[in-house]
Amino acid sequence: MSVIAKDILKPEIIEDTRPDMLVCKDIAKIYPTPKGDYTVLSDLQLTIKKGEFISIIGHSGCGKSTLLTMIAGLNEISKGAVYVDGDEVRGAGPDRAVVFQSPSLFPWMTALQNVMIGVKQVFPHATKKQKQDICKYYLDKVGLGNDFNKRASELSQGMQQRVGIARGFALKPKVLLLDEPFGMLDSLTRGELQDVLLEVWQKEQITAIMVTHDVDESIFLADRVIMMTSGPFAKIGDELRIPFERPRNRVDILEHPDYYQYRGYLMDFLNH
Amino acid sequence: MKERILQLTGIQAFLAPWISVIKGEEVQKNVQALLKSYIYPLLSILLFIGIWHAGATYLFSKEATAKIEKARAERGDAGALEMQNCIISGDVSCQPNTLPSPAKVWDAYLSLLADHKIISAKKDAFDLKVAKTNEKRIAKGQDPITYTGRPSFVDQIKTSLKTVFAGFLLAAFIAIPIGIVIGLSTTLRTSFNWLIQILKPVSPVVWLLLVFMIVKTVMSDSDMDKSFMISFISVGLCSMWATLVNTSMGVSTVDKDFVNVAKVLKLSIGQNIFKVVLPSSLPMIFTGLRITLSVAWMVLIAIELLAQSPGLGSFVWEEFQNGASDSNAKIIVAMFVIGMIGFMLDRIMMVVQKMMSFNK
Repeated sequence: MSVIAKDILKPEIIEDTRPDMLVCKDIAKIYPTPKGDYTVLSDLQLTIKKGEFISIIGHSGCGKSTLLTMIAGLNEISKGAVYVDGDEVRGAGPDRAVVFQSPSLFPWMTALQNVMIGVKQVFPHATKKQKQDICKYYLDKVGLGNDFNKRASELSQGMQQRVGIARGFALKPKVLLLDEPFGMLDSLTRGELQDVLLEVWQKEQITAIMVTHDVDESIFLADRVIMMTSGPFAKIGDELRIPFERPRNRVDILEHPDYYQYRGYLMDFLNH
Repeated sequence: MKERILQLTGIQAFLAPWISVIKGEEVQKNVQALLKSYIYPLLSILLFIGIWHAGATYLFSKEATAKIEKARAERGDAGALEMQNCIISGDVSCQPNTLPSPAKVWDAYLSLLADHKIISAKKDAFDLKVAKTNEKRIAKGQDPITYTGRPSFVDQIKTSLKTVFAGFLLAAFIAIPIGIVIGLSTTLRTSFNWLIQILKPVSPVVWLLLVFMIVKTVMSDSDMDKSFMISFISVGLCSMWATLVNTSMGVSTVDKDFVNVAKVLKLSIGQNIFKVVLPSSLPMIFTGLRITLSVAWMVLIAIELLAQSPGLGSFVWEEFQNGASDSNAKIIVAMFVIGMIGFMLDRIMMVVQKMMSFNK
């Protein structure tokens, strides 16, 4: 790797003045097994600024999804603590909305009802009209303006995941957690949904953490890519800042002279 | 909606080849479909009737020979000849008592229908006659006079259906709530599992006796129809287990993703049960209800027979005790009627079950 390339990859750290939104302090995940404890993650430190978009990549089974579900409160934290906006996380809650790998919509409800059930929890005092407007706004944003009243079971996987994204944003969470949300989609649909996600995110500027094993996806979407080492005892191996300007456009990013440097750096990490 | 019901019941698929052949679309393929869905089943029915007829003829001649030989042993050749002539003449008094032929069963079916017409005519006449008296009695606050004559076969069917539905509803009202409560808690599930596993295989007859013991005491001074109570409660208790087990299974195995969504949204317990757990286990619950209804119909006959409550079961038993020349044929008619009603009930439940499942 040339000297110039190294300069691009490790730019001078500019002090990020934004406040910390999410702090993981010394967290570990240990599963007790008959043969003794199995440590998936250990001593993991992670700080994410407000409005930052982070992607976490690593090999399958390295514990990146475990980390995300621990932040979400769906998985018990064995050691250490997670702080969101200064408060320690206890259990799951709508301030940390999750977009799951499978769309996880209730198939007996319509697209609108699936978003509404979340909005009702977060805005209990809003009028019915206001709540409806919130749901419709986000469904419209993800391109489902004509499908409010379609049952979730009638929607394609890609459309279901769009509803999942709308539900995530409609909760107005402090942190949006995305657990390989496009992993089950074909590459065309995946591209479309990445654009949709980025477009809505650009407007909302919600702190977002996305777990993925797609290198291109992580570069295209994130401000910072966190690379995790393989487990057991997985931790953060390296991180890479992606200073491309926003709003981003797929074609511009792919044609950017630095793109392949970043890609090569990430591939290099994953292959060693 | 109409189209959906046609599709779910299978009527649409059943009629589709005819429509296509009439329209002239893909004639060869549809003629084959017709053969498959109409001609072959028809042939199998004819084959069944043929075997039945042959078997009945064989049994008839065997029984007849035995009768003639018996007469010969008792009264010599003259007696045997007399018996033979009597059997050939078709006299009711000396017919061999064995499996009736299909033709006799059909005759018995027609005579049951005719009997029903006569009885319902009698009933109408009676109602007309007492109409005025009844008005007066009601005005005075007395019970109206009702027809108490012998019930016809169709009346028996109605009574049986009434009993089976009462039993089915009882089963649903007991099994679904308990199933939900048990399904939600692993502790409850493990603590009551032994009871369910032991009670589930208990025979309908034993349930009937148990219900009899309890109802007899509880209702000792009530003038409600005790035999109806006993039979429908027994039917309900026998048949509720499938729904109970399926409901608790459905509730306890809600998709993990749904559970996670409910946690992230921080749904309250009530919301969780009514918006997530129940809808997602509805298909399982309805599968259980379908099994429950078919079990209920099956045990109903045996229970009516033992509980002496009116219905198809007691019809069969009475005919068996009766020993008239067409009793056996009437029993076979009842058998087919029971089978067909069971089939129809199952179809209805299948349609409901398919409407309730969302993963199509």
